[in-house]
Amino acid sequence: MSKGHKRLEKNIILMSVFIVIAVSLGGLVEILPLIFQDQVRTPSEGVKPYPPLQLAGRDIYVREGCYNCHSQMVRPFRSETERYGPFSVAGESVYDRPFQWGSKRTGPDLARVGGRYSDDWHLIHLINPRDVVPESNMPGYPWLLEATVDGELIQHKLSSLQTLGDPYTDEEVAGAADAVAGKTEMEALIAYLQGLGLTRSGR
Amino acid sequence: MLNSFWNWFVIIISVGSILACWWLLHWTKGVSDRSDDDDGSTGHVWDEDLRELNTPLPRWWLHLFNITIVFALVYLALFPGLGNFAGIKSWTQVDQYNAEVAAAEQVQEQIFARFADMDGNALMADAEAMETAGRLFGNNCAMCHGSDGRGAKGFPNLADNDWQWGGSHEDILTTLNAGRMAVMPPHDAILGEDGIREMVAYVQQLSGQKADAELAAAGKSRFMVCAACHGAEGKGNQLLGAPNLTDDIWLYGGNPGDIEYTLLNGRNGVMPAFNQLSEMHRKLLAAYVKSLSGS
Repeated sequence: MSKGHKRLEKNIILMSVFIVIAVSLGGLVEILPLIFQDQVRTPSEGVKPYPPLQLAGRDIYVREGCYNCHSQMVRPFRSETERYGPFSVAGESVYDRPFQWGSKRTGPDLARVGGRYSDDWHLIHLINPRDVVPESNMPGYPWLLEATVDGELIQHKLSSLQTLGDPYTDEEVAGAADAVAGKTEMEALIAYLQGLGLTRSGR
Repeated sequence: MLNSFWNWFVIIISVGSILACWWLLHWTKGVSDRSDDDDGSTGHVWDEDLRELNTPLPRWWLHLFNITIVFALVYLALFPGLGNFAGIKSWTQVDQYNAEVAAAEQVQEQIFARFADMDGNALMADAEAMETAGRLFGNNCAMCHGSDGRGAKGFPNLADNDWQWGGSHEDILTTLNAGRMAVMPPHDAILGEDGIREMVAYVQQLSGQKADAELAAAGKSRFMVCAACHGAEGKGNQLLGAPNLTDDIWLYGGNPGDIEYTLLNGRNGVMPAFNQLSEMHRKLLAAYVKSLSGS
């Protein structure tokens, strides 16, 4: 056994340093440079920060774990674009913190779902999916009808996002609480879903 | 495109790691020199007499590692991976996607070429056309109208021969091209509480259900409010998407509670436009929808 190898194997701190270096190489090459690319930081054409109600809906989407079964990433394969619409690009997700791409599709992809159904359809479907799609195994979310959106919280969120650099105007932040006043969580979630992917799907 | 810093950052780390792997392999090969101990062990002893042998890796195993290194180098030469170097093959994801779409379109064109001159009736009679259209229906229409086209509460049944907006091939095409918006306004203010109750009875009677005759008669006298859209006899108007009230087919349910809800709150039926589909797709779908009703 060579000397160097012996020292490396017996000195746990030295070994740890080398392990950290070895496992971080992949991230350094694949993730780090990407963070600094314009391609992933510049919004695609037409992509704007979420209006207050949609932002509230997005948080409900995350809270209810919709991402566990629905992805928001149309991959560049014909079979996908034929079913869902144009494939996803990085610039669509610049205002998503965090993005909802996902990789688990128990249900269909939702990246282009905006405008695909009517608001009424979403309402019925979210209360009990089997009322419109008998084969569905998605759970119902009837309690969303009972809770209302917290306007003050949304206003805080907008102003936080503004601090992070999302181009909300001061008026938008100031009007955020009014924009969601009296809205149920159901309305917020539907507004979010109906806004998804519009810039790319052309609906 | 990466700027020159990140470009070299990626190249140096990637190539450096591969070379480091190669160096590591050859360096650790020396481990088998058995210089520490004559008995061929590493010199480690556990539990008094448990010793670790210092046997070299089997050659074939070692060569597997060498193969992965060669693979990585060949891969990085052919495909994009080293900074901005596009790879010898100039492969891109978008090119691959476009080629895939073009190939599929070519196949599709051959199939569709045969349908091009067919009208609705001819398409309905063509098994291949209906099979193709059935898949389109499953992908685009089934979530509201059901995989069998029988609809759901609030979403019209396409498999009966009752049409809200007209059932000719052209009517169905118009529906697909531009979508439909059916608006039934709330009538609580105009009818009042008594009026609603009477109207529920009259609408029940119209559709052939049992209803309180006295209330229904009173409702009939107020029917001109409804006649503007549903017609004086309640037979509906396909130009407005106003359903026929004299049959027993219900879009939003036909029990008294449903009818009352409809009168009190109104209904908004929205059929989105499907003009993102090609003209041929829509033509096939229209024929398929028509064929569902068996007419």
